[in-house]
Amino acid sequence: MFNDIFPNVQMDQMWVATYETFYMTIISVIGTFILGILLGLLLYLTNRGNLWQNSIINSITASVVNVFRAIPFIILILLLFPFTDFLVGTIRGPNAALPALIIGAAPFYARLVEIALKEVDKGVIEAAQAMGAKAHTIIFKVLLPESMPALISGITVTAIALISYTAMAGVIGAGGLGDLAYMQGFQRRNFDVVFLCTIFIVVIVFIFQFLGDWSSRKVDHR
Amino acid sequence: MISIKNLSKVFKTKDQTVNAVDDVSIDIPKGEIFGVIGYSGAGKSTFIRLINRLEDPSEGEIILDDQDIAALKKEPLRKKRQKIGMIFQHFNLLWSRTVFENIAFPLEIAGVQKNDREEKVQELIELVGLKGRENSYPSQLSGGQKQRVGIARALANDPTVLLCDEATSALDPETTDDILDLLVSINEKLNLTIILITHEMHVIQKVCHRVAVMEQGQVVEQGEVLNVFVKPQSKTTKRFVQQLSPLEHQIDRLDEFITDDEQSEVVKLHFIGNNAKRALISEVSKQLDVAINILQGSISPTQEGAYGTLYVEIKGERT
Ligand SMILES: Nc1ncnc2c1ncn2[C@@H]1O[C@H](COP(=O)(O)OP(=O)(O)OP(=O)(O)O)[C@@H](O)[C@H]1O
Ligand SMILES: [Mg+2]
Repeated sequence: MFNDIFPNVQMDQMWVATYETFYMTIISVIGTFILGILLGLLLYLTNRGNLWQNSIINSITASVVNVFRAIPFIILILLLFPFTDFLVGTIRGPNAALPALIIGAAPFYARLVEIALKEVDKGVIEAAQAMGAKAHTIIFKVLLPESMPALISGITVTAIALISYTAMAGVIGAGGLGDLAYMQGFQRRNFDVVFLCTIFIVVIVFIFQFLGDWSSRKVDHR
Repeated sequence: MISIKNLSKVFKTKDQTVNAVDDVSIDIPKGEIFGVIGYSGAGKSTFIRLINRLEDPSEGEIILDDQDIAALKKEPLRKKRQKIGMIFQHFNLLWSRTVFENIAFPLEIAGVQKNDREEKVQELIELVGLKGRENSYPSQLSGGQKQRVGIARALANDPTVLLCDEATSALDPETTDDILDLLVSINEKLNLTIILITHEMHVIQKVCHRVAVMEQGQVVEQGEVLNVFVKPQSKTTKRFVQQLSPLEHQIDRLDEFITDDEQSEVVKLHFIGNNAKRALISEVSKQLDVAINILQGSISPTQEGAYGTLYVEIKGERT
C-alpha cells in the first residue's frame, strides 16, 4: 500500500533527513533566542526614556538589525560562505547551515523582543526602581519574566520561519528534508518524495506551533 | 523626620516649561501621617516622586535621616530607596509572580537570605490580612487585595517612610476605607511616617494628622487637619472642605428658615475634638434663657477627634 503511493521513498533516508531538520531547527532556535533577546534588549534599553538611553548605540543596533532583515535568506547563505567555512570548517551538512540560520533569524526575532518589552507596564519597572533594584535585576526579574508570553509566541513564529529556512538551506546541501526533497525528489522527478517531505515538514511546523502556544499559555498569569 | 526645603521641579518640553513643583517646604515629624491634597495637575504626583527621586529635583533639598536625598549619587540612592516604601494607584504588581513572590521581591533586591525572606514575607502577609492567598497571582485578587500586596511589598525592608500616590483612587468607597484603616494601624503599630497624596478630602479627614493643599505646584496652605478644616484660608481649600459636608454650599437655602426677627441671629458653630461630645445646645439654652432652632448640622470623625459644624438660630433678649 505504502509502496504503491510512495514507490521511490526510502524510509531510512527520510528519518535521517527528519533528524537533520529537527537538529538544525532546534539549535538555530536556541541560538536565535539568545542572540535575539540580546539585540532586542539592546534596542529597548537604549531607546529614549529607558534604562540605558543612548541614541548612538540605538541607531547603530537598529541599522544592523534592519540591514540583516533586508537580506533574502538564500543570499545570506551565499554571503556567509567564507564565514561559515572559517567557523564550522565545512560548507556542507547541517552544521554549516547554522550560522546563516541564526544570523538570518535573530534580527527578525530581535524586533519581536523589542515589541514584547515595550508592552511591559512602565509602572512595574518604576516600582522596581523605587525599591532600589539594579539594572540587571530589572532586566532578569522584571522585563524578561513580564514579557515571557510574548517572547515565547515570538520565538514560535521565528521557529516556523526557521523550519522553512532549513528547507531552503537544503538546496545548498545542508541536509534535512528540504535537501532530500530537492536532490532525491525534484531533480530525479520522484514527486512522491517531494510530497512526503512536505507532509513531514508540515507536521514539524504543527509540533512547534503546538509547543509554543502551550508554553506561552502556561507562563501567562495575567 | 523629613525636611523638605525649597523643592522645585521644572519640566521643559519643546514648547513650554511647567513648574510642576514650585518652591515647596514641608517638615514632617517621625510617625506622622501627612496628606497632600490638590486638584488634577496640581503637582502632587511629581512632588511625591521627587521624594524617592523617581523624578530628579530641579532645586531644593529632601533631608531624610540626616541625608539629603536630592544630592545622593546613583549607588547610595539605590540603597536609600530600599528604605523608602511606595504604593501606587494602579498597584504595579508583577503579574508573573505570586503574592508571596511579589512581597519577596524587595527582599531579593536588598539581598536578604532565602530563609529570612520567607519568614519576613509570612509576617507581612499576616500584617496586611492576606493569609491563605500567598500562592495566588495578582490577576486572581480584588483591587483591595492587590493594594494589600502593594502595602506588604512596600513595608518589606522596614522603610522609614511610606509614600502613597493616590493609593485608594482606584478602589470603591468601602475598600478605600479598609485600606485607609490598614494604613492607620500600620502607622500606629510601626510608628511609620506616611506621606499620602489624594484628591479626596475624605481620605485626608480619615487618616491624616496634617495636610498641605497644593495648587499649581505651590503649597497654598498647610497645618493640622482640624485647623485647616475649621479655618480654610484659600479658595481651593474651601472647596475641598465643602466636599466633606456637601450641604455646606447650600447655605443660601437656609435663608428661607431665617425669621426677620430683631431678636434672632443665625450662627455657625464648629465642634472640635471632645467638645463635639458635649450637650452644648441644651446647656446654653438652659443657662441663657434663649430658644435655639437647629437649621443644619454635620459631624465627621478625623484622626485628631471629631469635627462638626452646626447652623443654629438663636432667639432671645439682646443685652
Ligand atoms: N514628565 C513630564 N513632562 C512634562 N510635564 C510633566 C511631566 N510630568 C508632569 N508634568 C506636568 O506637571 C504638572 C503636574 O503634574 P502631576 O502629575 O504632578 O499632577 P497631579 O497633581 O499628580 O495630578 P493628578 O491628580 O491628575 O494625578 C502637570 O501640568 C503636568 O502636565
Ligand atoms: Mg497624580
